[in-house]
Amino acid sequence: MNIPSSIVTMLAGIILTIVSYWFGQHNGLMPQAASEEAPWVDGLFNTMMTIATGLFLLVQGIIIISVFKYRRRPGDETDGPPIEGNIPLEILWTAIPATIVLGLGIYSFEVYNSMGGLDPMASHDPKTMHAEVRHSGAAIAAPLPGATETPEASDAEQVALGVGASPGTQGRDADVSVNVLGLQFAWIFTYPDSGVTSGELHLPAGKEAKLTIAASDVIHALWIPQFRLKQDAIPGRDTELRFVPKDVGTYPVVCAELCGAYHGGMKAQVVVEEPEVFEAWLQSQIAAQQSGDDRAIALNTDSLSEAEYLQPYADEIGVNAQGLGQLHPPQAEGSHKIHHHI
Amino acid sequence: MTQVDTPENATPETLDGHHRTPWREYFTFSTDHKVIGIQYLVVTFIFYLIGGALATAVRTELATPEVDFVSRELYNSLFTIHATIMIFLWIVPAGTGAFGNYLIPLMIGAKDMAFPRLNALAFWMIIPGGILLILSFFVSGGAAGAGWTSYPPLSTTGSKAGEMLWILSVLILGTSSIMGGVNFITTILKMRMPGMTLNDMPLFCWAMVAASILILMSTPVLAGALVLLSFDLIAGTAFFNPMGGGDPIVYQHMFWFYSHPAVYIMILPIFGLISEILPVHARKPIFGYQAIAYSSLAISFLGLIVWAHHMFTSGTPGWLRMFFMIATMIIAVPTGIKVFSWLATIWGGKLRLNSAMLFGLGFISMFVIGGLSGIMIASVPFDIHVHDTYFIVAHLHYVLFGGSVFGLYGGIYHWFPKMTGRMMNETLGRLHFVLTFVGFNLCFLPMHYLGLQGMPRRVAEYDPQFATVNMVCTVGSFLLAISTFPLIINAIWSWIRGPQATGNPWKALTLEWQTSSPPPVENFLEEPVLWTGPYDYGIDSFERSDRDRTVNELLAEVKADVG
Repeated sequence: MNIPSSIVTMLAGIILTIVSYWFGQHNGLMPQAASEEAPWVDGLFNTMMTIATGLFLLVQGIIIISVFKYRRRPGDETDGPPIEGNIPLEILWTAIPATIVLGLGIYSFEVYNSMGGLDPMASHDPKTMHAEVRHSGAAIAAPLPGATETPEASDAEQVALGVGASPGTQGRDADVSVNVLGLQFAWIFTYPDSGVTSGELHLPAGKEAKLTIAASDVIHALWIPQFRLKQDAIPGRDTELRFVPKDVGTYPVVCAELCGAYHGGMKAQVVVEEPEVFEAWLQSQIAAQQSGDDRAIALNTDSLSEAEYLQPYADEIGVNAQGLGQLHPPQAEGSHKIHHHI
Repeated sequence: MTQVDTPENATPETLDGHHRTPWREYFTFSTDHKVIGIQYLVVTFIFYLIGGALATAVRTELATPEVDFVSRELYNSLFTIHATIMIFLWIVPAGTGAFGNYLIPLMIGAKDMAFPRLNALAFWMIIPGGILLILSFFVSGGAAGAGWTSYPPLSTTGSKAGEMLWILSVLILGTSSIMGGVNFITTILKMRMPGMTLNDMPLFCWAMVAASILILMSTPVLAGALVLLSFDLIAGTAFFNPMGGGDPIVYQHMFWFYSHPAVYIMILPIFGLISEILPVHARKPIFGYQAIAYSSLAISFLGLIVWAHHMFTSGTPGWLRMFFMIATMIIAVPTGIKVFSWLATIWGGKLRLNSAMLFGLGFISMFVIGGLSGIMIASVPFDIHVHDTYFIVAHLHYVLFGGSVFGLYGGIYHWFPKMTGRMMNETLGRLHFVLTFVGFNLCFLPMHYLGLQGMPRRVAEYDPQFATVNMVCTVGSFLLAISTFPLIINAIWSWIRGPQATGNPWKALTLEWQTSSPPPVENFLEEPVLWTGPYDYGIDSFERSDRDRTVNELLAEVKADVG
C-alpha cells in the first residue's frame, strides 16, 4: 500500500472525527434545558448528532469525490472495474452500524431509566380509569365501564402510562402533584392538595413534580420543550409525567397532538419559581378562590356554550374573543364538559 | 448469474417505433402490463401534482404565524388530504403499481403479469379512490381533518361525511394495493423465464417481493381498523370510543401495524430502482448483490415489528418502548448495508452524470439524512421530545421526498426511453434536478430546527419566534412546486418530439433493455435467451459466458440466428 494515500486517508479520518465531534457537541439546536432530566436527553442527542454528522460527512464525501474523480471522461466508452463484492468489507459495514445502534440502544435505555421511564407504577396499563367525560346534561360524572373504584379512592394507588419516578425516588410521593386536564382547546391545572385550579402551571424549582394527565374530549399531548418531556393526554385513561424543574423561568406548554381546529392555539405556560414564591402563589390562589373570585370552575357549565365556558381562560390560552366566537355551539350529543374531582 | 439476450438485441433499431401503443389504448381497460404501468404512472403523477398544490397551500398559510390564508378547519383538511394523496395515490401506487407493473414482467422475461385482469382492476380502483378523496372537500363539513392518521376520538367528532369518504377512499386504495401485491409475488415466483433463479433476478424484483409481502401482511389490518372506525363514526359503536368502554390506543396499534410497514412499501421499490440505476450509469457491477437482495427481506421482516415506535408518548408501557426502540434501531443495519453497497458501486466507476444518475445520487444523499434522523427518533428519550413536531415532518419528508420521490424521478428519467421510445432532454432534466434539490433542502432542512426548538406539527398558527425559519421553508416549497415544471414540459415534449431511443440507449444488461423501445405486446418477439448477469459491467462478454458452458452454447445459437 502506498504510504501517502494511507496518510491522506488517516488525516481525512481525523478531520472527520474532529468536525463531527465539534458539531455534535456545539450544535446549539436544543432550547434551554430547564429540568434535571433535560441535560441527559441533550447528552444523548449530542452523541447521536456526533455519530450522524460523521456518517453524513462520510457518505457525502464519498459521493462528491466519486462525482469529481470518477466522472466519465468524454469519449471513454469503457466500463469500470468489475468488482462485485468484498466479504470482509461487507462484514465490517454490517458490524459497525450494528455496534453503533447497540451502543445507542444501551445509552438510550440508561437515560430513559434515569428519567423514570421504567418506573413500574407508571408503566402499567391502569385497570381503573377516571371518569373525566360526561355527556352534556348528565347529572354527575359516571364511571366508565370497567371502573371499579371512585376516582378519589383510586388516587392513592394510581398507576399510569408515562414517565414515572426516577429510580432514586420510586415508591415515594412527589413533592408537588398536579392534575392536568386537556380539553379543546386549553390546559387546566388542578392542585389536588389545595383545590387550586389554574390555567397556568406553577411549579417550585428543584422539587419533584408529578403531573397526572387526563383528557376530556380527544387526545392531546402535553409538551414542555424546555423540559424535553411530552406525554399524550388520552380520554378514558390517565397518564403520568414525573420530573424535577430546575431553572426559574416561564416556559411554554404546547399541545403536540392534533386536537381540532384550534390545536395551534392550545397553549399554556409553566412558571418555575423558587419554592417560597410558589408557596405564596398557591396561598394567593387559595385566598382568591375562597373569596368567591372563583372563575376557574363554572359550577353549572351545562348551560354555557363552549365559547362562554372558555371565556375566563381566553387570556391564558391565548385565544381571542373572535376566536372564541368561532367555536361551534354545543351539540345535543358529544358536547363534552368537564367534571373536576378536587 | 445469468441473464438473456434476444436476437433483436443485435439490431434493435430495426424494431424501434414499431410497437407504439395507440394513445386510445391508455384510456381502456387494457390488460397489457406496460399500458397499465404507464396508466399508473401518469394518473399517480397527476395526483402528485394535486397533493403538491395542497402542500403549497399549507406552506402559504405557514408563511406567517397568524391564520390568514385559509380557515383553521380547511387548514387541517388540507394537510390531511395532502398526506393521504401523497402516500396512497402517489408514492405507493407509483413505486409498486407503475414501475412494478411496467418492469417486473420485462425483467424476468415474462409476457405479462400473472393475473392481467386483476392488474387492470387494481389500477382502475385508483381513480374512484382518488376522486372520492378530492370530492370530500365539497361535502358538508368539508374533508377529513384529523390528519392522515385519523386518530379517534378526533376523527369521529369532526366532519362525518368527509371522514367517511376518507375511510372509503383508503379502503379502496388499500384493496387495490393488495391486488397488486398478490400479482407481484405470483409473477415473480412463478413466471420467471426458464433458467433464471431467484439469484439471477434484478434487484428491483427482490425489492418488489419484499414490498409485496409487507402489503399482504399489513394492509388487511388497516382495513380492519378503518372498518371499525367507520362503525364508530356512523353506527355509534364504541370500538375506539372511551365513552362506551372502547380504547383509542387500540386504533393506533392497528393503524401503525400497517402504516409503519407502509413506509417500507414505499421505499423498498425505490431501493430496487436505485439498485438498477446506479450500476448502469456507474458502469460497474452492483456491489454485494446478495447483501442488497437479502437486506430487502430483512427490512421487510423488521418493518413488521416496529410499529409502536410511533406511540412512545401515547399508550405504550416502558418495557414495550424498549423493545420497539431496539427493533427500530436494528433496521439501520440492513439499510446501512444497502447504502454502503451503493457507495461501493459508484466508487471507482465511470459515472455518467445524466439526470437519472443525478437523482440516484441525490436519493442517497437525502435518504441518508432521513435515515440518520430516523435512528435518532428511534431512541425513546429523544423521541419523547420531538414526537409530533416539525422534526418529524422534516424526517419523514427526507425519507419520503428525498428518498421515494427522488427515486421515482430517477426511475422516470432512466426508463422513459424504454416506455416511450423517445429520449428525454438532458438540460431540462438537470434543471429539474437542481431546482428540486435546492427547493427540497430549503423547505425541509430548517424544519429539524423548528421541531427541536418547540414547534409542533399540524398547526395553522405558531409562535412568532419561528416566523423567519418558516418563511424560508415556504420559499423552499414554492421552489419545489416550480421544480415540477421542467419535468412536465420535458415529459410531454419528449414523448411527442423527443429523439428516437434505441432498444438499449444506456447499454444496460437487465432484460428489459434487450427488447425494443417501447417493447412489443408480450414483450419479446422470440423467447429470450440467458447469456449475461444483470450487472456484469466491465466483464468481457466471452469471459462472462465462459463461466457456464451452457451459456456459451446459447450464445453461439444467438449469434447464428442473428448472423
